[in-house]
Amino acid sequence: MRRATLSAMLSHWLRHPLQLGSLLLGLALATALWSGVQAINAEARASYARAAQMLGQDRFAQLVPRDGQRFDQSVFVALRRAGWQVSPVLEGALQTDGQQLRVLGLDPLSAPAGSAPQTVTGRGDLPGFLTPPGQGYAAPQTVRALAGQPGLPRLIASDDVLPGLLITDIGIAQGLLEASGQVSRLILAPEQPRRRAPLAAIAPGLTQRPPQARADIAALTDSFHLNLTAFGLLSFAVGLFIVHGAIGLAFEQRRPMFRTLRALGVPLRSLIGLLMAEVLILALIAGLAGVALGYGIAAALLPDVAATLRGLYGAALPGTLSLRPAWWAGGLGIAVIGAGAAAGQSLWRLAHLPPLAPAQPRAWARASARGLWRQGAAALGLGLAAFGLAVFGSGLVAGFALLGALLLAAALALPGILALGLGVAERAAKGVLAQWFWADTRQQLPGLSLALMALLLALAANIGVGTMVSSFRLTFLGWLDQRLVAELYVTARDEEEAARLRQWLAPRVEAVLPVWSIEAPVAGAPAQIYGVADHATYRDHWPLLDALPGVWDRLAAGEAVLINEQMARRAGLGPGDALTLPGANGALIVAGVYSDYGNPHGEALLGQGLFTTLYPQAPRLRHALRLPPEEAPALARALVREFGLPAGNIRDQAAIKAVSVQVFDRTFTVTAALNVLTLGVAGLAMLTSLLTLAGMRLPQLAPVWALGLTRAHLARLELLRALMLAALTMVLAVPVGLLLAWALLAVVNVAAFGWRLPMFTFPADWLRLGALALLAGGLAALWPALRLARMAPADLLKVFAHER
Amino acid sequence: MNVKALILWLLLAAPLWAQGFAGLGGGAEGFATPSPGTVLEFPADHGPHPDFRIEWWYLTANLRGADGRDYGVQWTLFRTALAPGEAEGWQSPQLWMGHAALTTPERHFVAERLARGGVGQAGAQAAPFEVWVDEWRMAGPDVSEIALTANGADFGYDLNLSADGPLIPQGAGGYSVKSAGGQASHYYSQPFYRVAGTLHLPEGSVSVSGQGWLDREWSSQPLEATQEGWDWISLHLDEGAKLMGFQLRQSDGTTYTSGTWIGADGRAEPFGDGALRMTPVERAAVAGRDLPVGWRVELPGRGLDVTLRALNPESWMDTLFPYWEGPVRVGGSHPGRGYLEMTGY
Amino acid sequence: MLLEARDIEKSYGTGAGAVRVLSGVSFRAAAGESVALTGESGSGKSTLLHLCAGLDRPDAGEIRIDGQALGALDDRGRAALRRDRIGLVFQQFNLIPSLPVAANLSFQARLAGRQDAAWCAALAERLGLEGLLRRYPEQLSGGQQQRVAIGRALAARPRLILADEPTGNLDEATGDAVLALMLELVSETGAGLVMVTHSARLAARLDRRLHLSGGRIA
Repeated sequence: MRRATLSAMLSHWLRHPLQLGSLLLGLALATALWSGVQAINAEARASYARAAQMLGQDRFAQLVPRDGQRFDQSVFVALRRAGWQVSPVLEGALQTDGQQLRVLGLDPLSAPAGSAPQTVTGRGDLPGFLTPPGQGYAAPQTVRALAGQPGLPRLIASDDVLPGLLITDIGIAQGLLEASGQVSRLILAPEQPRRRAPLAAIAPGLTQRPPQARADIAALTDSFHLNLTAFGLLSFAVGLFIVHGAIGLAFEQRRPMFRTLRALGVPLRSLIGLLMAEVLILALIAGLAGVALGYGIAAALLPDVAATLRGLYGAALPGTLSLRPAWWAGGLGIAVIGAGAAAGQSLWRLAHLPPLAPAQPRAWARASARGLWRQGAAALGLGLAAFGLAVFGSGLVAGFALLGALLLAAALALPGILALGLGVAERAAKGVLAQWFWADTRQQLPGLSLALMALLLALAANIGVGTMVSSFRLTFLGWLDQRLVAELYVTARDEEEAARLRQWLAPRVEAVLPVWSIEAPVAGAPAQIYGVADHATYRDHWPLLDALPGVWDRLAAGEAVLINEQMARRAGLGPGDALTLPGANGALIVAGVYSDYGNPHGEALLGQGLFTTLYPQAPRLRHALRLPPEEAPALARALVREFGLPAGNIRDQAAIKAVSVQVFDRTFTVTAALNVLTLGVAGLAMLTSLLTLAGMRLPQLAPVWALGLTRAHLARLELLRALMLAALTMVLAVPVGLLLAWALLAVVNVAAFGWRLPMFTFPADWLRLGALALLAGGLAALWPALRLARMAPADLLKVFAHER
Repeated sequence: MNVKALILWLLLAAPLWAQGFAGLGGGAEGFATPSPGTVLEFPADHGPHPDFRIEWWYLTANLRGADGRDYGVQWTLFRTALAPGEAEGWQSPQLWMGHAALTTPERHFVAERLARGGVGQAGAQAAPFEVWVDEWRMAGPDVSEIALTANGADFGYDLNLSADGPLIPQGAGGYSVKSAGGQASHYYSQPFYRVAGTLHLPEGSVSVSGQGWLDREWSSQPLEATQEGWDWISLHLDEGAKLMGFQLRQSDGTTYTSGTWIGADGRAEPFGDGALRMTPVERAAVAGRDLPVGWRVELPGRGLDVTLRALNPESWMDTLFPYWEGPVRVGGSHPGRGYLEMTGY
Repeated sequence: MLLEARDIEKSYGTGAGAVRVLSGVSFRAAAGESVALTGESGSGKSTLLHLCAGLDRPDAGEIRIDGQALGALDDRGRAALRRDRIGLVFQQFNLIPSLPVAANLSFQARLAGRQDAAWCAALAERLGLEGLLRRYPEQLSGGQQQRVAIGRALAARPRLILADEPTGNLDEATGDAVLALMLELVSETGAGLVMVTHSARLAARLDRRLHLSGGRIA
């Protein structure tokens, strides 16, 4: 019996291959988008972890040279012999045949645990590592690229090493880099003996740098990931709508068959069991295809991601993807759960269907006012919940819950709003065809609403994420413009050189502004304190969020301090509050708060006079130079020529900005690609919905045809209908998308990173997106419309046949 | 980075410790080997012997504080060579490992240092005498007059040692045989140190004085593959005599023993295999292992029958290569105090 | 002549599976005349009716309405012909579900651009639909729906009414009442009527009866 039942059920799919295809495609695409985004994210995160391990020394405090130059290893020995548990590191670039190689030299005996990747030296051939020619650990692709190059240590491939990097013994590295006896910096072990000589007495040229749990730029990369994660969520929601629609339709169409099967004596239990098995099998097939597809998407996009992260992080990310078992499991799980969720409602209805309930072929497609009301009420409830979360919620979880509630509310509200709008249009319509057009559209709404919801979500996500990224870009670039006003930034290697530099520069530039800073705890947290000159550079450009009147005069007079937004939020300080700085006798007035995007640490600004009084020991090496921008490159060259300053000590504002713009534009490439994909999936949802509706709509279209309309005319109306629905959905997507962007910028970003981004809107982008939405809707409707226009009269006549 | 795994490998490869090492009983890959006829030369032999694979400067001291409590101090620098000879800078094949410990009846403090030769972070020189790793030093104009210092995260010590007796060659004129198969090392001691100085403990500093013992040993393959570990003692007897003894435990359950009786006048009398008997009399669970922390030691040729009790049974050296090393109290026919080292448990 | 069919042939499907439905059917119907088309199930009655309405094309033969040959018209022309001159009544009513009764009633007339509000109102009254004008088809009984369909067919004052088993889905009493109403209204407007039925009893109420058998008029 089971076999007979099964063959009856499966015969449906054989007779409706298109429906089967759309179900599988919908599930596969949903899974693909989800797993693709996850794959990109996971790969990027894995690479981060590797990067963090590679740069693992950042987790330790370090002793770094004040002048940024390499120093003699005798300093290392002197420190060790004075009780300092330090380990030497030599870094440098090596130009090999065709590519630049970063060489990192370590001393495995003195290095603290965790300061280099696990596999590098865990394998254990210490004599081989230490003894010339030594061993060089590098990423497999780097090993391949370097194969056959003379003069290198024996290369060993390691997945833990970032591409372009070679980790080797410090002695070997000194030979490679021609830096005999030289060291770049020293890692400070976390555990130090109880007695040590003071650092200044042993190594006055070194300064202690605290562990950097997160590089400053990490906040930006985190934001990037958050962006991607939000995208994954949205794309999955879109996919789920497709699956829900396809499965619901398949169940609904087979209802007469289920009724017959039950009347013929198939128990409900085995019918449901078979259907669940069917859903499971379909989900697994589609899930497998989806994961493979997602892998393809990720592989196609990853080079851009890699480039973005390289720009952000300054560390190379492998541009290739390794297929992780977790993705297969995750992708399949998502497909099964999604299909299960989509099928649950249908199964529930089936379970509660009396065996001989009348078949209602149009039940699925018929507008049920009560259903719309229920959806509307749910939308209202979710909207209120979103509002409550926005007002009272705090933290990242609340932020994401807000996003979810917002999206679901918008999706659920869509059919009701469209029905209302179509009703108004119907009443306003004059001609009989117009009236029929609106009325018929409204009647079709339930059948299309899932696809339209998917489209709404896709469009809203597009607008929301696009707005967020663009706002982020504008804000960040604006901030760069404000903070990097000076044309050149130059750092001297020592105080004596700094003095000579100031003297030499004075007649050559418009202004030499000191950028001197010291690290000290402020308001209970580590912070950077800067001393700045009283100059128009600051007065005109510094991005103040809030300030007392005469803020710059107060600062110059040494009676006030400026703090960044991070410190203000963390310490609950605002203009007018008192703040005592370390070493100061009395409290200063907080005269203003300035924005400081991307910086996780607190910062305070003092007048230069007060700064030098309070912190005479602070190094006075950095300077900002004001000069006509076109003269900057020549001056930079002259500085190198006259003082032999290394290139890293001279920063050109234009170069920094160019890099930043590049980074963001790459981020754009990825988000734009994902945007198009999501939109494509939504378009596909519309296509499948329209295709399945097309068959069911014949009884509604045939009479109109019979009464005197050509098939071509009807087809044109069908196309127009899809375009109109897409346009209406787009109009509704704009406010939803803006709300989404607001939630991302003002709630999620604040919860995640502690600062709020101003929101910028881009109406031109909406127009472009609107055109894309129309394109998606039009393409989706084109095929069904063409089929209608070319349909044989005999097929239409079947509607009227007695034997129907 | 897993330095521990590295060093473990290294030490397993170097035949310093008996535990679990295998396949290295053969040739010494260009290293010098101890020979019986070698005459020790001082002060040159206080310095390093880079042509030999391993070497150590091993100092222990039994101390009593101004507070009336007993203390023990250990200061050791091991040298291991990846290849014979010396080279400049990081290319030096010499590796150094320092161990420092301070034992009280209740606590046992340990610190460890690793370093490469060639750059100056660690090393040894005969005259003026200095042995060091990082800020740890054992130095003096001569071996008979040395200052000793070491630090850990929560302890440290500064001691001055001066010898009131001669250097004692172990075995046959400093040629110490370690197995029936003839494995041997060059080995001499200075057991006659008077010690005074300060211990630095978490609760404060304490002045101490007492007796110290320096062992110097170098070799290239001192043990047989079948030898699983050793138990080694150095005892200061109240009557003024000293006793050095060890037994090497072999995988068949037998032992190879050796000992030297050092009279108060500095005359040394070596005892070959079997003369010295060492029997565990008390065991304790230490660091998850079962260790004999009480011993009966008999040397019938000298009428000696004593019992050794650990000052602190928890004297576990939790270093890269762990072992037990701590001060003992000696009771029985010849009361006194000393140090006990046990490896391979 | 209002309707003239000559040597009509029609097959469905192609090749070996082709089924020949009509093989040389000829008949005529004059204005004001009512003709019943009877025959067994599958005898091709409905197909012949559909061909007469210009919904499909015959494989051979010619159909003329008011002298206009349907074969000479393209899709658009035939749609215009249906709109302007023909009223269709189906067994399953085939109302437009999304429109209320009033809009269904006037749908074809407005499509043809000939709406006559007074005539529509009169039809609604004659068909007993005054109280149902704001309802939707699904809220009506079968008899009510068929009355709306008849009203829709007549509202544009067509020259020819083509009815396909108009009472086939109704019980006998309702069917008789609906048929009586339809015949009465058709004769009032002077239109011609061709009605497909398998019932000899109903066929007898029309002016003339044609019997289809084996793809020909018997």
